[in-house]
Amino acid sequence: MLRIDSLTKRYGSRAALQGLSVTLDAGTLVVLLGPNGAGKSTLFQVLTGLFVADEGEVQVQGLSLRTQATQALRHIGVVFQQMSLDLDLSVRRNLQFHADLHGLPAAVTRERMEAGCAALGIAADLGRAVRELSGGNRRKVELVRALLHRPALLLMDEPTVGLDPKSRRDLMAAIRADITARGTTVLWATHLVEEAEGADRVLVLHRGRLLADGPPAAVTAALGGATLEAAFIHATQAAPDKATA
Amino acid sequence: MKHALQAMKAIVLRELFKFGRQYGRLASAVVRPLLWLAVFAAGFRNVFGVAIVEPYDTYISYDVYIAPGLIGMVLLFNGMQSSLAMVYDREMGLMRLLLTAPLPRPWILLCKLTATAVLSLAQAAAFVAVAAALGTVLPVWGPQTPHVLLAAVGAALMLGALGLLLSVHIKQLENFAGTMNFVIFPMYFMSTALYPLWKLQESGAEWVYQIARFNPFTHAVEWMRFAMYGKDPGLSPWIVLGTLALCFALASWGYDPQRGFGALSKRPGAPA
Repeated sequence: MLRIDSLTKRYGSRAALQGLSVTLDAGTLVVLLGPNGAGKSTLFQVLTGLFVADEGEVQVQGLSLRTQATQALRHIGVVFQQMSLDLDLSVRRNLQFHADLHGLPAAVTRERMEAGCAALGIAADLGRAVRELSGGNRRKVELVRALLHRPALLLMDEPTVGLDPKSRRDLMAAIRADITARGTTVLWATHLVEEAEGADRVLVLHRGRLLADGPPAAVTAALGGATLEAAFIHATQAAPDKATA
Repeated sequence: MKHALQAMKAIVLRELFKFGRQYGRLASAVVRPLLWLAVFAAGFRNVFGVAIVEPYDTYISYDVYIAPGLIGMVLLFNGMQSSLAMVYDREMGLMRLLLTAPLPRPWILLCKLTATAVLSLAQAAAFVAVAAALGTVLPVWGPQTPHVLLAAVGAALMLGALGLLLSVHIKQLENFAGTMNFVIFPMYFMSTALYPLWKLQESGAEWVYQIARFNPFTHAVEWMRFAMYGKDPGLSPWIVLGTLALCFALASWGYDPQRGFGALSKRPGAPA
């Protein structure tokens, strides 16, 4: 589904990603856990084609992001860390704009738009300007938008920043529902350990390298801690040598 | 192809929709050149005598002379404002949405450029109508109309492409003041928008004359001016189209994450 092979990205002399290799299977929720500055956003920029890696290869559904970016992007949905809705437009117009960028037929767009918004409880907001929505509902609109073209891979870059606990829970539930219904692969970047506890698999990224990879319990054991949070803090605070080794 | 055209329609309509809600922008787009026409041209009518010079067949009043330049001003300001809009979209994260769409980057940029040109032309048409209502009638209707339209489209695209290119390098909205001082004003004042080339040469401003000769904005204005009077614009269309191609190619290069020379692909954590 997603194959990342020996990915390296540098900013001048500083390496944000150092030889990262990961393969994700279909229908899994994978949480990319890392402290601030671990390289999560850089990885997402590379996975969405906004940046090009200095070395290595990324394939989505067997399509190279380096040589077949346009085709590969058809299979990717993204919820960016920074809100990316047009505040002046209505929810419907924002969603329609995205659908047009992906070449969806009008009838399909309408149906998915309405079903997606209804599933997340924001159907009544379709005609409202995004500016009038709460932060949690804006995030829901972004999720509906990211899934509108039925991507095989959903990338979510710290999507719960600034959201209250209920909105976080709703968002996670919606993601789980989509994985169950369509077999979407979700890569969810966060620095909040509690969001990783319900994942199928956890990748711990620190200083551009993977410190651990596996189910939450296995990662906890591998990093050495009573809980995932304790293990994560221990590993990322004590790992400078490990990370650059 | 259907997908590509659907995306273009969406991008153009979005810009039109947003513009339709920005009443102040439309007002300033029309008021700015009208001030020049009503105040500047009136004040300098007798100071700047414009002798018979191509493409005119007779003596003309100064307001008639500067009107094509003022259309150029409308196109120039909107072209540069489009770069501001691109920077705004980048700061607001909206640009990411466009750049992660499954479309070739040059096509996405062409869509943005088309949207800019459509908006520019709508504003220019509004200016022509209001200028006519104030008594400065431009010969835009008649057998020359297709050529006038072609010239205006060429000028709008060229200035929009310049705006696209600038947006690669402008990192913050605040830098637009620099664009005003270092792009818009020099381009406008060192051109034939306000005075004919021979006036510059006659007054001894040799270096201004030389810059104005090669300024692409001069050729955009002259192309429109000559088209209005059904005269051969010479090399101007080729210079305008060449500049358009060059600016668009450089902007496409700048927005290409594999090769871009701009700040887009070089800054850590930069919004794209």
